[in-house]
Amino acid sequence: MHVIALVKHVPDIQSARSFTASGLLARGGPDDTLNELDEDCLEAALRIVEAVPSTVADEDDDGSRADPGAAHPVGHRVDHRVTALTVGPPAAVGALRRALAMGATSAVHVCDEAIAGSDAIATARVIAAAVEHLHAEHPVDVVIAGMAALDGLTSLVPSAVSALLDWPQLTLADRVSVTSQAGRTTVRARRVTAHHVEELQAPAPVVVSVTDATFRPRSPDMRGLLAARRKPVTVLDLAALGLEPASVGRAGSATRVLEATPRPERSDAVRLTGGPGLAPELAAELAGHLAQRGFC
Amino acid sequence: MAAAPAVVVLIDHRDPRWLRSASALLAAAHRLARDHGWDVHTAWVGHDHGHGHDHGPGGELGAAVQHVVDVEGADPHLASTVSAALEAVVAALDATGPARLVLLPSTFEGREVAARLAAATGAGVVVGASSVTVEEDDDGGSGHVVAQKSVLAGSWHTRCAVTSELAIVALDTGAAGSADGASLPQDTPSAAVAPVVHHHRAPRPAGAAVEVLSRSPRPAGDRPALAEADVVVVGGRGTGGDFSGVEDLADALGGAVGATRVATDEGWAPRALQVGQTGVTISPRLYVGAGVSGAVHHRGGMAASGTVVAINTDPDAPIFEHADIAVVADATTLLPALAEEVRARRSRETG
Ligand SMILES: Cc1cc2nc3c(=O)[nH]c(=O)nc-3n(C[C@H](O)[C@H](O)[C@H](O)COP(=O)(O)OP(=O)(O)OC[C@H]3O[C@@H](n4cnc5c(N)ncnc54)[C@H](O)[C@@H]3O)c2cc1C
Repeated sequence: MHVIALVKHVPDIQSARSFTASGLLARGGPDDTLNELDEDCLEAALRIVEAVPSTVADEDDDGSRADPGAAHPVGHRVDHRVTALTVGPPAAVGALRRALAMGATSAVHVCDEAIAGSDAIATARVIAAAVEHLHAEHPVDVVIAGMAALDGLTSLVPSAVSALLDWPQLTLADRVSVTSQAGRTTVRARRVTAHHVEELQAPAPVVVSVTDATFRPRSPDMRGLLAARRKPVTVLDLAALGLEPASVGRAGSATRVLEATPRPERSDAVRLTGGPGLAPELAAELAGHLAQRGFC
Repeated sequence: MAAAPAVVVLIDHRDPRWLRSASALLAAAHRLARDHGWDVHTAWVGHDHGHGHDHGPGGELGAAVQHVVDVEGADPHLASTVSAALEAVVAALDATGPARLVLLPSTFEGREVAARLAAATGAGVVVGASSVTVEEDDDGGSGHVVAQKSVLAGSWHTRCAVTSELAIVALDTGAAGSADGASLPQDTPSAAVAPVVHHHRAPRPAGAAVEVLSRSPRPAGDRPALAEADVVVVGGRGTGGDFSGVEDLADALGGAVGATRVATDEGWAPRALQVGQTGVTISPRLYVGAGVSGAVHHRGGMAASGTVVAINTDPDAPIFEHADIAVVADATTLLPALAEEVRARRSRETG
C-alpha cells in the first residue's frame, strides 16, 4: 500500500499575512507552518496504511528499509508507506518534517526556482508529474490531500491533479477505507457536499481529499519528532520530473494578480452597549440601525 | 448561432435550489453581455430520465442559447461529469463563438468542476471571486477577464487577470456581491426564442470508474439557502447551546441560520450550517454574529458580507474589529428582544 499525502507549507493564518509588491503572497516568514488541514490529510493517510490487515510493515521506526527477504518470503513482501509530498521553496521542508513527525514514512520535496509564482493549476501540474515519477518507482494506490490550503483557499489542487493524472477523484471525504482482494485495490469514501451525502467507490489509484470534520489528527510525540530528523527527504527538481520551466511558475500560470491591496479599516463603526435588564432598549436601538440600512 | 464571444453559465443542478445561485451568475453574465456584447449561454447536465429529452432549466434565465449535455452513462453529480459537459459546450462554441468565460458557483463542488475544466482546457481559473469584468487590452486585442476577490480572511483585496483566451471564474453567489442591481434583465429573449442545443459526450475513463453506491440529500430545512441568503444570523459558543434566539431572529429577518465550528462540533446546529473556511462561504447583505468570537477561520467564510453586526459580551472580542455595528451585550437576552422588535417594526410598516 502506497499513499502519497500532499502537504503545503503556508503562512500561519494567525499571523499578519501580506502580499509582495509583485502580487505574490509573502512566504518564508518565521511563522510559516504545515497547513492545518493537511494534518487531517496525514491522519487519513496514516489510518489507511495502518488499517491494511495481516501484514507487517518492513520499516523500522526510523524508516530505514529492512531486508525484504529476511522477514517475509518472496512474494509476500508488503511495503506499506505514506510518502509526504510538497512543492515549494526550500523552507517548505518544514511541512515535510512535521508530516514525518506525525508518522509519514518518507518525504519528497519538489523544489526549483522556476516554480515560484505558480498558480494552483500550475502547482497541480508539478504535483501530477511528481506523482507519476513516484508511481513509476513504487506503485501508488492513493493520493490524498486536505480540503483546502489555508493561504490561497482555492481547493483546486485535488481535482486538478485527478484530472491531469486521469485517476478517479473521491473528494471531500469524511471517511475513507481501502480494501485489497485478489490483487485489486478498491477505495471507498463517504463524500459530504453541501446538499448530499454520497458513498463512492473506485479502483486504485485514486485521488482523495478529506474534510476536517472527522479525522482528529494525532499530535506527534517526542519519539516521532526525533525519528522525523532521521527519515529521508528526497529533493527533486523540474528536470527530474521531465517538466519544462515554462510550463510552471508565472510563465506556466494562466492567472496573474494585477493588484493586491489591504482592506481599509472600518472607520464608521457603531458601538452599542447594554447592561443587565436593558435588552428591550438595546434591541430597539439596534433595530433602529437595521431599519436605517433597510433591513427591517 | 451568433458569433459573439460567449459567456457560459453553469446551472448547477446538484444544488436543489439552483435557481438562486444561477440568478447571481446570470446577473454577472448579463452585465458582460450589456457592456461588451457577449452572448449569454447556459449549460445544464441533462439527466436521462427515460422519458425523452431533458430541456434543461427553462427559458426564464434569459440566455441566448441553452446547452443541455448528456454525458453518456455517467453519474450527473460527479465533478468529472459536470466538467465533461462544460468541455463539450466550450468545444462546440469554439467553432463559432468562441467561449471566453465559464461562470460557476464558488462552492466546494463548483470549484472541483472549475479545476477539472482548467486542467482539461488549459484555461486560467479564479475561484472565490466577488465580481468579474473584462478589461480592454492596450494593444486593442479582445480584452481579458479580470476577477475581484477578497483574500486572507478578508484582510486583502486582489484583482486577478486571466491571461488565457478562455477564463473560468467561480463566483461567490451571496447577496452582498449582487448589490449593484443584479437581477435578471427583463428584456432578454424568453423561453420561446432561446434555442436548446443538445450535446452528447462520453465520460473520461477515470470518471466512469467511480461507482456511486448511494446518495442521500442532506436536510435543507425551510429557511433560505445559506450561501445566497440576504440575511444570515450566526450563532456561536456564546449562545450557550440554545439556538432558539438565533432562529427566531433569522425568521424575523427572513434570513438563514449559520453556526460556528464550535456550535456544529457541539451538535447545537447541523454541520451543513457551519460558516467559515471549511464550511459554507457566505456574503449576505446583513450578517449577525451572536456569541461569535470572530476567529480567522470563521472570518474567512464571511468577510465579504455587507453589513456586519456582532453581539458579544466581551468588549474586546476580535469580531468587533470587523463589525459595522458592535453590540456589547448578552446574546441570549438580546436576540429574542431584537426578533420581537424587528417583527413589530415590520408589522407597523405593513399594517
Ligand atoms: C483547520 C480549522 C478550520 C476551522 N474552520 C472553521 C470554520 O469553517 N468555521 C468556524 O466558525 N470555525 C472554524 N474553525 C474554528 C475556529 O478556529 C474557532 O474555534 C471558532 O470559529 C470559534 O467559534 P465561536 O466563535 O463560536 O467560539 P469562541 O471562539 O469560543 O467564542 C465565543 C464567543 O462568545 C462570546 N460570548 C460568551 N457568552 C456570550 C453571551 N452570553 N452573549 C454574547 N456573547 C457571548 C465570548 O466572549 C466569545 O467571544 C476552524 C479551526 C481549525 C483549526
